[in-house]
Amino acid sequence: MPTPTRGFLGRRRDRDPRLPPGQYDVGADWPVLTAEAAPRITPETWSITVDGRVESPTTWSWAEAHRLPPSEYRGDIHCVTTWSKFDTHFAGVSVDTLLAAARPTAEAGFVMATSKTGYTTNLPLADVTGGKAWIVWEFDGRPLPVEHGGPVRLLVPHLYFWKSAKWITRLTLLARDQPGFWEQNGYHDRGDPWRQQRYQGD
Amino acid sequence: MTEPESVVLGAGVAGAPSGGWRTATVAGVRRPVPRSVQLRLDVADRVDHLPGQHYVVRLTAPDGYTAQRSYSVASAPGDPLVELFVERLPDGEVSTHLADVVEPGDVLEVRGPIGGWFVWDGVSPALLVAGGSGVVPFVSMLRTARALGRTDLLRIAVSVRTLEELPYAGELVDAGALVVTTRESRGIRPAGRLAAEDLVPLWEPGQTAFVCGSASFADAAGRLLLGLGVAPRDIRIEQFGPTG
Ligand SMILES: Cc1cc2nc3c(=O)[nH]c(=O)nc-3n(C[C@H](O)[C@H](O)[C@H](O)COP(=O)(O)OP(=O)(O)OC[C@H]3O[C@@H](n4cnc5c(N)ncnc54)[C@H](O)[C@@H]3O)c2cc1C
Repeated sequence: MPTPTRGFLGRRRDRDPRLPPGQYDVGADWPVLTAEAAPRITPETWSITVDGRVESPTTWSWAEAHRLPPSEYRGDIHCVTTWSKFDTHFAGVSVDTLLAAARPTAEAGFVMATSKTGYTTNLPLADVTGGKAWIVWEFDGRPLPVEHGGPVRLLVPHLYFWKSAKWITRLTLLARDQPGFWEQNGYHDRGDPWRQQRYQGD
Repeated sequence: MTEPESVVLGAGVAGAPSGGWRTATVAGVRRPVPRSVQLRLDVADRVDHLPGQHYVVRLTAPDGYTAQRSYSVASAPGDPLVELFVERLPDGEVSTHLADVVEPGDVLEVRGPIGGWFVWDGVSPALLVAGGSGVVPFVSMLRTARALGRTDLLRIAVSVRTLEELPYAGELVDAGALVVTTRESRGIRPAGRLAAEDLVPLWEPGQTAFVCGSASFADAAGRLLLGLGVAPRDIRIEQFGPTG
């Protein structure tokens, strides 16, 4: 254990048990955090592709994606910049549905998510399968706002939110892990909020 | 409506240094601006940073509880000490401790430098747009430019409530920064927000635009730059401070 800092007691000891360490409850706010300016993408020109180590690379248009079986998430989200937001409600489709169509090969162990802007983030395949990840176009029953990644973003709520790539257009299955944008810039490869995996080496 | 061109966001400056947890001894504490503190830290086995990078400060309570937050470096890499500038948030856990309790001689745990994206390479022209304490990484860039004799590469625009609240106001004004005050008039200019007309004379093709401040400031400044025709790939944004 590190030596205590002189005079520091720490605040907010009655913490909501839903709050991972080092996080605070942002309440009704939803801070907009991005490394880049928001692109304007019309639903008609948006599509999502699943490719890489898959048996049948597949692309869905907006209309095709909306014909897939719907799936939703109700629960909390956590940003590495220390805010958490409780009881969010997102709707879209499960990543499992996309993967079932594209059929990852036996070597596929990782996923690189890429957005329209070129933003990338890497994930172990196990973190986006088994009902743990979605691509979503609705927040609280309304179209997802562009500053929060609309028309469509990835949602991986059990990891820090930089993994939930905004403006998602591609999921590439990989045999070997490769760092994405923030991961190359010093952030952790996995980003589990309960283990405070914020930076490389945490 | 035209689609944005696809951009590949890369690793920023190739090989940006990054360091692990280290012990820092507080060498200096100053409060040149109300509700803020400037800390000068002597960091053991320091890894030289690039201007724009940040450190994480971790505080530990006697029962082992810890809190950690990020702070941009204000000093140039050549400075023997690492300088941080922290704005005290009324309800903040870490900023209040740093502003109210920390004294010279105290030992803090720090991790850094961190970040390879929001970093100035020292050779390319850049437009720096800050809201309030968002100037901190730009002060490091400015000091680095001075050390390199290349202040001609940087254009700086800052928005702050009043000049008195602006960290490093003297240094920024001397460097020719445009300072826009939202709560007081300055010279012939009435109180008001940073506007597109303010940025027009500062913007030149070939610049990378760096924006730093609260999330709402960063969002507004990002939109101003896009409105001026700056390509999305030339805009780098870092947000901190309270939202809203
Ligand atoms: C890359 C980076 C660089 C940064 N550089 C700087 C810098 O140079 N200088 C600087 O001053 N800051 C900087 N920051 C911000 C800094 O990291 C901290 O976020 C800031 O100091 C606040 O920390 P805190 O512990 O004092 O406040 P926190 O305790 O984290 O609180 C933050 C805000 O949330 C509110 N809040 C806290 N708890 C609750 C709650 N339960 N419900 C509702 N609201 C709540 C508080 O009122 C406060 O306004 C930087 C951030 C990043 C990400």
